[in-house]
Amino acid sequence: MRSYKGFDNDTVPAWCPGCGNFAILDSFKKALFELGIEPHEITLVSGIGQSSKLPHYLKCNGFNGLHGRSLPVATGISVANHKQKVIIFGGDGDTYGEGGNHLLHAFRRNPNITLFVHNNAVYGLTKGQASPTTEFGRRTKAQPFGSLSEPLNPIAFAITMDCSFVARSFSGSPEHLKNIMKMAINHEGFALVDILQICVSFNKVNNFEWYRNRVYEFNADYDLSDKLKAFEKSQEFGEKIPLGVFYSNSRLTFEKNIPVIKDKTLVSMQNFPDIKSLMD
Amino acid sequence: MNYTIRICGEAGQGIQTTGEGFSRLFSSLGYNVFSFQDYESRIRGGHNFYQITFGTDEIFAPKKFLDLVLTFDKKGLEYKNLLRNNGIVIYDANSLKQNEYDERFINCPFRELLKNAGLKNIYENIVSFALIANIFSIDKKYVYKVIHDIFVNKPDEIIEQNMKAVDIGYDFDMKKKINLPASNSEEKILLSGIRGIGIGAIGSGCKFYSAYPMTPSTGVFQYIGEHAKKFNIVVEQAEDEISAINMAIGASFAGVRAMTGTSGGGFALMNEALSLSGMTETPIVILLSQRPGPATGFPTRTEQGELLYAIHAGHGEFPRIVFAPGDPFECIHLTNKAFDLAEKYQIPAIILTDQHLVDSLYSYKKDLKIELKNRDYRLRSTDFENYQDYKRHKFLDFNKSNPLTPLAVPGDSKQLVFTDSDEHDEVGHITEDGEIRKKMLERRYFWKIENIRKYISPPKFYGNKDSKIVLVGFGSNLGILREIVNNKKISVCAIHFSEVFPLPIRENSYEFLNIISKSNLSICIENNASGQFQKLVESEYGFKFSHYIRKYDGRPFNYEEVLEDIYAIL
Repeated sequence: MRSYKGFDNDTVPAWCPGCGNFAILDSFKKALFELGIEPHEITLVSGIGQSSKLPHYLKCNGFNGLHGRSLPVATGISVANHKQKVIIFGGDGDTYGEGGNHLLHAFRRNPNITLFVHNNAVYGLTKGQASPTTEFGRRTKAQPFGSLSEPLNPIAFAITMDCSFVARSFSGSPEHLKNIMKMAINHEGFALVDILQICVSFNKVNNFEWYRNRVYEFNADYDLSDKLKAFEKSQEFGEKIPLGVFYSNSRLTFEKNIPVIKDKTLVSMQNFPDIKSLMD
Repeated sequence: MNYTIRICGEAGQGIQTTGEGFSRLFSSLGYNVFSFQDYESRIRGGHNFYQITFGTDEIFAPKKFLDLVLTFDKKGLEYKNLLRNNGIVIYDANSLKQNEYDERFINCPFRELLKNAGLKNIYENIVSFALIANIFSIDKKYVYKVIHDIFVNKPDEIIEQNMKAVDIGYDFDMKKKINLPASNSEEKILLSGIRGIGIGAIGSGCKFYSAYPMTPSTGVFQYIGEHAKKFNIVVEQAEDEISAINMAIGASFAGVRAMTGTSGGGFALMNEALSLSGMTETPIVILLSQRPGPATGFPTRTEQGELLYAIHAGHGEFPRIVFAPGDPFECIHLTNKAFDLAEKYQIPAIILTDQHLVDSLYSYKKDLKIELKNRDYRLRSTDFENYQDYKRHKFLDFNKSNPLTPLAVPGDSKQLVFTDSDEHDEVGHITEDGEIRKKMLERRYFWKIENIRKYISPPKFYGNKDSKIVLVGFGSNLGILREIVNNKKISVCAIHFSEVFPLPIRENSYEFLNIISKSNLSICIENNASGQFQKLVESEYGFKFSHYIRKYDGRPFNYEEVLEDIYAIL
């Protein structure tokens, strides 16, 4: 492959003009290209939402499943064939709302999966309702009294659950995003990258200017495996929003903890065994 | 000639160990055995029983009347009302603090005997086991062997204590003997529905099993787990049933045979992903082990209340297969057929069973012939590399014997595999195109349904085909149908369906339709309140049953009760 354009396919994205998704797609293709990954070596998994359409717009193996269910599908794929790089694209609704329970348990399992969350703090595909990361009190057509739940802090949540790689980037900082993506893909274990993203159609508050005035890139001045320090850093969100890697550890992955697939992939062991010994 | 023993007491008193012990003992001596369990949804206390019928006659279903009751609780004393002639109840008057003066009650001081030997009360089930073996004059060496086999993985000390308990029970003179007719057949093996489905899945090359524990499906989950290491299977306890089925679909997409198992409530949660399997054409096998509903229902009891649910579950229109095995032997073969057809037609297949079948033990000849059909329908490595222009959902020629694009393993070649829960084009990408939608449905729905039906076997017949009374049933009721036919109290023909959806095509069902149309009485028998199987068969074949027998108290049919019901109809 001579350029990252080799990942292009001929499907025209069904995203709004100016959507942050374009930048995320572009950064991802560049990250894959720079890592020297071939299309057949990755399997992209997604659920439902504008973010989840991303796998359709590049050359790859892929499974675009149900709303919120990308993590279990990806876990099944990764266990069946741990040689594949399994990468998920989801949104804040898909990952933190509908799929919240699976996220909690993915933190516990630590499968070797990279999860990119397009976090635009709004439901775009269903046209503007509050999401789990919408700030308290924001009024929408479906929340006439304002959103009555506190927003989720995905970074703090992931650190608390000992997620093995936790980072944040911004769709308006494509170079930073690409580099974080590369680190996340290379990380062995479950990696969560929360990508702050603008929604030009439905989020009039957290627009490009809003983020541009707040985000800053940081390199942790603490040991990245220091959970307390990382947690402290994760509390910073408001006038200043840090972008970077907050936390990482080298826990054994779910796949490595399964003795059956220690030496070979499960898919390479697909056979029809003799069951005589079961009939005694 | 056969005998029926009921062992009863609270959960945690070793009822199951004793029951299984007797089942093993008698089957190892060559007797036919059928045993089933009745238990409550609790860990300690309550009232449970384990009932074993054994003898020289074939036996396929529960009996109502008992020859011997062994009870560790007071409730068990009430079963005197179910005793056959010469039937007895064995109990420990001291520990139950109750004396029965009726001559049918035999007091045996289990706990006192244990105390004198310096053993704990927990061995009372072993003492009573050995004592009953002696009543039937079974050589002590067989008793030792069964107990040893049950505790083989325990520390030596535990085995020794159990053997001591055997001696105490066996050597205690009850002054009571029951003459067992000699068994002239070879040692038999025991299979439960759990083992049947587990063996069928492992033998079909199942490599991934994910589930959330739910009675009565958990036994299969555990059985496959126990054998995971030897057969290279990954078994995962998912956070919920939604995750369980989605994981299995992911594993299947990635190239391995995958299965999940649950009961009604869990299956309800799986419905969305059942439909995903239909849309993405990803094969999957789902065990639906029924218990009475709705909602949490009777967690540990039995019912056939989800047939129509299983065949209609999931949103949108897509084909699926529903098999309802009648006994453990059919469990093995139909699980295998479910894996085969699921993969051949790239669809979900459901094994529909129930608590009664999964928890019951049936004896079989040791040289039982298992014939599995295993073919790998997937494109792997080099096959796939050379496959021209692979598109996961490519439209192939409908005139060909199989117009479905073979499943390919992602990563096995430079060609790409993509699929989508949205309506998709041939590559697998989202589309809004009406013409593509039509063509996809034609292959994904119509073509599959029409062709799958050709592989569905006709129902099986038991008894006299010229009989004017025909009993029809499905699934776990095979046992009761065979029991009625075998006992010849009444001349009946029984017809049993184990491949229930889609039903076999008319051409394959002529014999069934002929027999039923010539009968005077046609009786549909099923374990539910609304007659779901009756509705299904009547709507498919366009005739009306003249009568039905339905049971929906959460308990399986027993022989005497069904016979009475038939007499009532006559």
